[in-house]
Amino acid sequence: MTAYTEEYRGLVAQLSGGEVTEAFRREVAALVGEGGLISEPAQLRTYECDGLTGYRVTPALVVLPATTEEVAAVVRLCARDRIPFVARGAGTGLSGGALPVADGIVIGLARMRAVLSVDVADQRAVVQPGVTNAGISAAVARHDLYFAPDPSSQVVCTIGGNVAENSGGAHCLKYGFTTNHVLALTFVTPDGDVVTLGGDAPDQVGPDLRAVVLGSEGTLGIVTEVTVRLLRRPEVVRTLVADFPHPEAAGNAVSDIVAAGIVPAAVEMLDELAIEACEKAVQAGYTLGCPAALVVELDGVAAEVDEEFAQVQEICRRNGTTNLRVADDAQERARIWKGRKAAFAAMGRISPDYFVQDGVIPRTKLGSTLTRIRQMSDEAGLRVANVFHAGDGNLHPLVLYNGAVDGEAERAEHLATAIVELCVEQGGSITGEHGVGSDKACSMTAMFGPDDLTVMARVRAAFDPQGICNPGKVLPTPRLCGERPGPYRPHPLEAAGVIERM
Amino acid sequence: MTATDPTAADPGTQADLRLHVDALAEAGRGAGVFDDHHPPSDELISDCVHCGFCLPTCPTYALWGEEMDSPRGRIYLMKLGKEGAVEMDDTYAQHFDACLGCMACVTACPSGVQYDQLIEAVRPQLERNHRRGLLDRLFRGLIFSLFPYPSRLRVAAVLGELYRRLGLRSLAHRTGAVRLLPRRLQAVEALMPPAKLRHLATRTPAVTPAVGTMRRRVGFLTGCVQRVFFADVNQATVRVLTAEGCEVVAPPTQRCCGALSEHAGREPEALDRARALIDAFAEVEVDTIVANVAGCGSTLKEYGRMLRDDAVYAERAAAFSAKVRDVSELLAELGPVAPRHPIEARVAYHDACHLGHAQGVRSQPREVLGTIPGLQVTDIPEAEICCGSAGIYNLVNPEPAEELGRRKVEHVLSVAPDALATANPGCLLQIRRYWPGDLPMFHPVELLDASIRGVDPVTARGGRGRPSLDARTAEPGTF
Ligand SMILES: Cc1cc2nc3c(=O)[nH]c(=O)nc-3n(C[C@H](O)[C@H](O)[C@H](O)COP(=O)(O)OP(=O)(O)OC[C@H]3O[C@@H](n4cnc5c(N)ncnc54)[C@H](O)[C@@H]3O)c2cc1C
Ligand code: SF4
Ligand code: SF4
Repeated sequence: MTAYTEEYRGLVAQLSGGEVTEAFRREVAALVGEGGLISEPAQLRTYECDGLTGYRVTPALVVLPATTEEVAAVVRLCARDRIPFVARGAGTGLSGGALPVADGIVIGLARMRAVLSVDVADQRAVVQPGVTNAGISAAVARHDLYFAPDPSSQVVCTIGGNVAENSGGAHCLKYGFTTNHVLALTFVTPDGDVVTLGGDAPDQVGPDLRAVVLGSEGTLGIVTEVTVRLLRRPEVVRTLVADFPHPEAAGNAVSDIVAAGIVPAAVEMLDELAIEACEKAVQAGYTLGCPAALVVELDGVAAEVDEEFAQVQEICRRNGTTNLRVADDAQERARIWKGRKAAFAAMGRISPDYFVQDGVIPRTKLGSTLTRIRQMSDEAGLRVANVFHAGDGNLHPLVLYNGAVDGEAERAEHLATAIVELCVEQGGSITGEHGVGSDKACSMTAMFGPDDLTVMARVRAAFDPQGICNPGKVLPTPRLCGERPGPYRPHPLEAAGVIERM
Repeated sequence: MTATDPTAADPGTQADLRLHVDALAEAGRGAGVFDDHHPPSDELISDCVHCGFCLPTCPTYALWGEEMDSPRGRIYLMKLGKEGAVEMDDTYAQHFDACLGCMACVTACPSGVQYDQLIEAVRPQLERNHRRGLLDRLFRGLIFSLFPYPSRLRVAAVLGELYRRLGLRSLAHRTGAVRLLPRRLQAVEALMPPAKLRHLATRTPAVTPAVGTMRRRVGFLTGCVQRVFFADVNQATVRVLTAEGCEVVAPPTQRCCGALSEHAGREPEALDRARALIDAFAEVEVDTIVANVAGCGSTLKEYGRMLRDDAVYAERAAAFSAKVRDVSELLAELGPVAPRHPIEARVAYHDACHLGHAQGVRSQPREVLGTIPGLQVTDIPEAEICCGSAGIYNLVNPEPAEELGRRKVEHVLSVAPDALATANPGCLLQIRRYWPGDLPMFHPVELLDASIRGVDPVTARGGRGRPSLDARTAEPGTF
């Protein structure tokens, strides 16, 4: 059986695109000014990858528009000449979503970073796409409000990127992902029209196109304004770190907490290597050498939180915790989170290179999956650190390797792929929050059948019939994935020298 | 204002800056566009995992939102340079020139990337291997033949004061004549601090004994700009240190520490100055060497690295660096003994980049100010972002420096302080330049000195300087 239908092939077939000529460049310059345009080769190369440095493609041009109108005008030129474009926020994506397309342009939203309005009474704000996730919360902090989705990269990643990836973070267990906190979008379609999707009211008439765009990884158009929902800061927040003698014990504690009917704001787990890295980076007070640490946070009204917090401590003790650290004040809590949030980026402290993997497993399979990962890591002779959102089973194994050692990068990549496939095998998914992007497009067939993919391709073609908006991402291109996508094939683009991996 | 002939002493001609590596530089072997004299190291470059956590604290990224003017982009450019994939042309150089060297990225990076070492490796490479435009070279030459020389600075200061007192300055501003100056000279004109003529004759005594029991014998770096324009800060430093039981030794032979040269990549010049300063302090037996200028202190702490190849000086430089402390570090370490008088004021503390980011000294100045009864110390929002002063940055890159200066002023205004305290004269001049109205500004030791002596410095300097909002819009072309 083939993985794709004929219709699918037709829909994702790359039409030959136009070329970025000097005349095109001048037209763009006339729209955004010379200052909004980057065309020097050395400068362009700094845009050749995002947070996933394994894939690199140099764009023909980078445009940094300042307004929705400029974005729309540039997109119209692209549509006219069939030039592929890729939106880029802060370039922290971990799946190569903002990887440029050769001969295409990058539309960077980094200059559109104004908070346009804050409506305190209705708890909403309208922001431009380049505002950082943490920047939204900072802008409304004095009203005691905040933006709930909290990816670890929140100090830098943009709301536009969050919308595109439907990003989540530690607190999504209780509060949901970006999609649960976005009311409306101003959106530039791939033919350059400006439309509004969603609205101020939480429930809209008709199909929810806003939701279609959320998580579409920049393949349906460019978001140029976002109306976000803001939450009131909870009355109390209580946080603890519990050390466990092995990951299984920690996993059982998580299951017990959920079984007790408690909905924690967050439950995170770090293993020994992850603790080592984040302690090296920020000295957040985690116990070095501890095989598994759980961070549990509860928030809400005081009486309820206090009672449940006592219950959580009891559950941790019952599951053999070796040390309970309760944060006494906001500062201590901030330290705990700083450590957790620095964990990925801090891997550089313990390894020259690493792959961040992202997969989901049913929470109940936590212990056994971790044991399997450890076996696989031993077999491959590579270290794997684990940081993850234990509450919702979103696993982030980090495969550590040294790119300078011949062949190690490939082995690491194989191991990383094998780990996501293990997730699917366990009844989970290939991505929790980092998206499919370029990295996992070929793994889509592991999760979706031909009909599923065809439906997705139809949706995409409805928005972008010319296939110029972030092409080659998310949906597998049969030619590039090999007709029968196997895990360990070199990417044909690589073989052709079009893209390269580290 | 030029008392010196910029071309005569012009160390800006490329030849002067070349080390003896020309042959290697020509070949560029193994180091791409860099020569083989300490190119940015592959290991340090590869520490960067491209996560982007450093982007939001980078002032140039904050201004322009361009990848190649972010720490991550600059490191990427270094990598491309090492691979020889790009050319060392104006475009390439411009992105390193635009870097303020504020080291906010070092603080922000969770992976511990040592951008400070990377940029300090790149700057001398550019000075040696990239030829700047004539005007740029002349202007830099002018700066470097003026600033590091207290004697020349004094002459310039006198001329500057005359310019001010004879009403030429206001005339130039009223008539708009200053606008005729190139942007960079306008920057020099505007930043020129008012020198008190009586200070120009002040010298720090070679030895000042401790008051009461001696707790420590310290060497004191008097600084070049500091000694001319901020002589009162130096006097206050000596008074505070002695009051706290230090014997203060200030070798009269000391000259510029080389910080400005080092930050501009003028390596041979910086190294000469470093050696000379080590020599100047060689005679005096001190346990600690104190700096009260953040930019100087951070460079003194780097002497060990800077002179690592120097067979004669390497060890002495490392030993010297190990003794260096910012004045607030030393005071916090010693703990207060001199009684303090209250100062009832709300003071905004501005972290100078070269103190906070480069030296990691953040709690000590606050702790020291906290020993003053009645003084309320407040932080400034967006404290991690540079004010745009950055050594000679506001002179060579006036436009971004101005934007950053105004941005910083906005944030200081937002906390409505009675006064501002910061441990770097550059920041002080920069913030004052864009401040609407008069804000009393102090080095933390000046406040401490006033508290120990029992005077109210804030009222003494023009009272509660909270500017009305009108003042902000009253100044033409401001905000
Ligand atoms: C250290 C580290 C930790 C991370 N932790 C988390 C985490 O906890 N949770 C999580 O979910 N993610 C995490 N990420 C991944 C990443 O930060 C998120 O995916 C983030 O939302 C990307 O935002 P960005 O602004 O960097 O977008 P980019 O990387 O620039 O782009 C990501 C995708 O969004 C598209 N896009 C960007 N802006 C727009 C726009 N305005 N309109 C349409 N499409 C757009 C791009 O085309 C691309 O496909 C982490 C990344 C790093 C490096
Ligand atoms: S924070 Fe550090 S590792 Fe991340 S991009 Fe910046 S320098 Fe590189
Ligand atoms: S030193 Fe400052 S200006 Fe330079 S890259 Fe780092 S943060 Fe940016």
